[in-house]
Amino acid sequence: MSWEAVIGLEIHVHLKTRTKMFCGCELEYGAPENTRTCPVCLAHPGALPVPNEQAIEWTVRLGLALGCEIAETALFHRKNYFYPDLPKGYQISQYDAPLCINGRFAVPGADGDREIGITRAHLEEDAAKTVHVGGVGGRIGGADYSLVDFNRGGTPLVEIVTEPDLRSAEEAKRFLQLLRQTIVELGISDAEMEKGTLRADANVSVREAGETGYRTRCEIKNMNSFNFIARGIEAEIERQIGVWQSGGEVVQQTYDYDASSNTLTARRTKEEAEDYRYFPEPDLVPVQPPPGLVERLRREIPEPPGARVRRLESGLDFETATGLVTSGRDRLYQAVVAADADRRATANVVMNQLAGAGVDPDAVDPDELAKLIVGRETIPRGTFAEAIAASGDPGFSAEKYLAEAAVSDVSELDPVIDRILADNEAQVAAYRGGKEGLLGFFVGAVMRETHGKANPKVVNERLRAKLSA
Amino acid sequence: MIDTLRLTAEDAMGLLERGEVSPRELWDAYRAAIEERDRELHCYLSLADGPNGEGVPIALKDVIGTKGVETTAGSKILKGYVPVYDSTVAARVKEAGLPLLGKTNTDEFAMGSSTENSAFGPSHNPWDPTRVPGGSGGGSAAAVAAGLAPWALGSDTGGSIKQPAALCGIVGLRPTYGTVSRYGIVAFASSLDQVGPTTKTVRDCALLYRVIAGRDPMDSTTAETPPVELPAAEDLKGVRVGVPRELNEAEGIEPGVRQAVERTIELCRALGAEVGETSLPRSVDYGLACYYLIAPAEASSNLARYDGVRYGLRVTNGGYHGMVERTRDEGFGDEPKRRIMLGAYALSAGYYEAFYGQAQKVRTVIADEHRAAFERFDVLISPTSPTVAFPLGAKAQDPLAMYLSDLLTIPSCMAGLPGLNIPCGLSEGLPVGLQLVGPQFAENTLFRVGHALERALEFDYVPERLR
Repeated sequence: MSWEAVIGLEIHVHLKTRTKMFCGCELEYGAPENTRTCPVCLAHPGALPVPNEQAIEWTVRLGLALGCEIAETALFHRKNYFYPDLPKGYQISQYDAPLCINGRFAVPGADGDREIGITRAHLEEDAAKTVHVGGVGGRIGGADYSLVDFNRGGTPLVEIVTEPDLRSAEEAKRFLQLLRQTIVELGISDAEMEKGTLRADANVSVREAGETGYRTRCEIKNMNSFNFIARGIEAEIERQIGVWQSGGEVVQQTYDYDASSNTLTARRTKEEAEDYRYFPEPDLVPVQPPPGLVERLRREIPEPPGARVRRLESGLDFETATGLVTSGRDRLYQAVVAADADRRATANVVMNQLAGAGVDPDAVDPDELAKLIVGRETIPRGTFAEAIAASGDPGFSAEKYLAEAAVSDVSELDPVIDRILADNEAQVAAYRGGKEGLLGFFVGAVMRETHGKANPKVVNERLRAKLSA
Repeated sequence: MIDTLRLTAEDAMGLLERGEVSPRELWDAYRAAIEERDRELHCYLSLADGPNGEGVPIALKDVIGTKGVETTAGSKILKGYVPVYDSTVAARVKEAGLPLLGKTNTDEFAMGSSTENSAFGPSHNPWDPTRVPGGSGGGSAAAVAAGLAPWALGSDTGGSIKQPAALCGIVGLRPTYGTVSRYGIVAFASSLDQVGPTTKTVRDCALLYRVIAGRDPMDSTTAETPPVELPAAEDLKGVRVGVPRELNEAEGIEPGVRQAVERTIELCRALGAEVGETSLPRSVDYGLACYYLIAPAEASSNLARYDGVRYGLRVTNGGYHGMVERTRDEGFGDEPKRRIMLGAYALSAGYYEAFYGQAQKVRTVIADEHRAAFERFDVLISPTSPTVAFPLGAKAQDPLAMYLSDLLTIPSCMAGLPGLNIPCGLSEGLPVGLQLVGPQFAENTLFRVGHALERALEFDYVPERLR
């Protein structure tokens, strides 16, 4: 019997606007506690919200990138509940009239694209941060006391909800990586999971292949990296399959994922469903994004990452193509390849060597990098590494490095090679006896002897010729 | 000798401009009046230490946030709360140089029609201290009527400016929703709350409205307003006055009130107005019921911030939830509790559509009905309150009877329209209030009609027992 996973995601993204969603307090990650507050975000009597227009525009931009319809009239609602991190006693959020609805986002897979439905993307304010001191497990019940830091309270937050269209933990992870890249390219958020500026919860259920309905789902929270998301979902899928296979029944439940032990812990269930008493926020007027603005923003949306993976895939493998796009390095890759550099070598340099040297891909002149890659075998390795490390510097030119030609002159290399072969008779015999892997040993010795200045291609050729003679 | 009972704000301005009295002398005169009469009337909850401006002094209802000056909204839960910022209206009043006399009494969170719901005890009517001054802005109205302030600001959700003005025999304007900033006003029901002036004359009212009106970037629901014109005309030529049948014939209107209003309607004709009958059947039938769904619903949410965490009263009781429960239980009086429960119920899942949702639809109907009436008329005329000032305690135990005090003021509030109260006579020795309602942003029309009637009526706003 084969099982299929059904996964939907709920994603929260902190927008990196200069100020908060409904007041003028500046947002600064890591500022001393309670130093970014005012009467509005502390909910003093009489304080009123004023919406951050930048946040609204950015939400529209994100909605467009997710293929959503943009509402002509969207409303803010009040979501009422008591908690110390919620100073007004309600969160200003969106309810039945969100800014963005009915989107689609393509996730490429090894065997084709899958369109993931976007139910909605709406704008709300984040809560403050609480720390519960004493008691059990950092919970408010039983704590000796609780501390609240209102700096984060009121940060603009976009909530994106997908349809239950994802079918594997890997696909969910890839979706999130591509979504993150989209968000970063739109310039609206750092979207860093470690900082909590991108958070994702997953709704997971499983069903047997061929089933059309959905079975009971569980929610998984507290997964703060892409890998943990994949592992958390995978663990939940396995758990649910196990439950069904042993004749049991999956019960709707919320789990916290613990990465250190790769386990899921059920949250305490609430005795009754929360009633948030939503109603339209009377302190705000409806949001009506001007059609002209929406059209302008639509024209500025970058090409979706899914399509870019597809395009790169011809000539590269799927994994490498996905890696290039989700790391935001595909544009440089393409420009370098367009300047006649070899695809694989370019992918390797752009993905690994530039990153290893800590070079910002956006600072690199693709034409110069292409020259460097094309000529890489004619220059010493050390020089190539130096050039890569410098390739993001302003005014970088490949010429200086390419001028430092590797030693390719056979008459210069042969005496060195001969000496090394003579000094290592045992290895020569072993090579000739079939241990051809020893070639690297000889190459390394020659490179050491020439202080890395020998042309590896020529060294290889000469060694092979002499060893098989 | 400054006669604060008689002196209008406009007159006081003249005295200051001509240098006949100094700002300090003027301020001291009101302070002396307060010393003399406020022990009996209890208009003020707190008094300013000294004048902080060179203009005509002013009193502010204690829901209006004042930086550095205690602002309680008449509630124990905010006792000792000192705002860290000025409300926009307080800032505008300060910019205009009007020194603060003090903060005036109000029903708790502006919920009430008599000031008897104030956690700090009721105010008394200057015409008869055994009677209520109306509410919730009874402190401001009684202060102006008793010469304890030349003018004052109140706030009106369903009648809290107009009704106390009526019961105290003075002028009160509830402006068009969105013309005066609510920033810094302790919120009761956000979609209804409006700040407005309480004054002795219509010209004073226009002068003070000019100070506070206009768009405020801190309140997204405010709009630009037309320039305020000081009324001068003494006739009503060309003015079309509509008499809504239901607002003039509603059950519970006292005969003396009805007669005074009818005489004033006749006066409109004499002054050259065209007078005709009109009808607002749904507004009067459903206005009050809708109001008591929408206002408590919004209040239940607006009052959620009083949780003991950041300011105001905190009663600890083992943990967060215990603290919130005890703080709110001890901090709120009966009326806020009643409205929080009503409102939370109206918003609950499964009841929202039947109650809050339905009330919003009816609210649209009320606004449409008024719009239709204003196609034929410039102003609508009716009593402000069905009764004159009632004795303290008469309705305190009967919330429904108390709610009916606002029967005639609520419909236009629900429609977001401006309404002006002017005194139009006496019934049983107590003032009768006339309500003039206009279309949106028609404050200038109300001032014009109110001023002409005021001149013709020659009502003496000084309470008889104080003359």
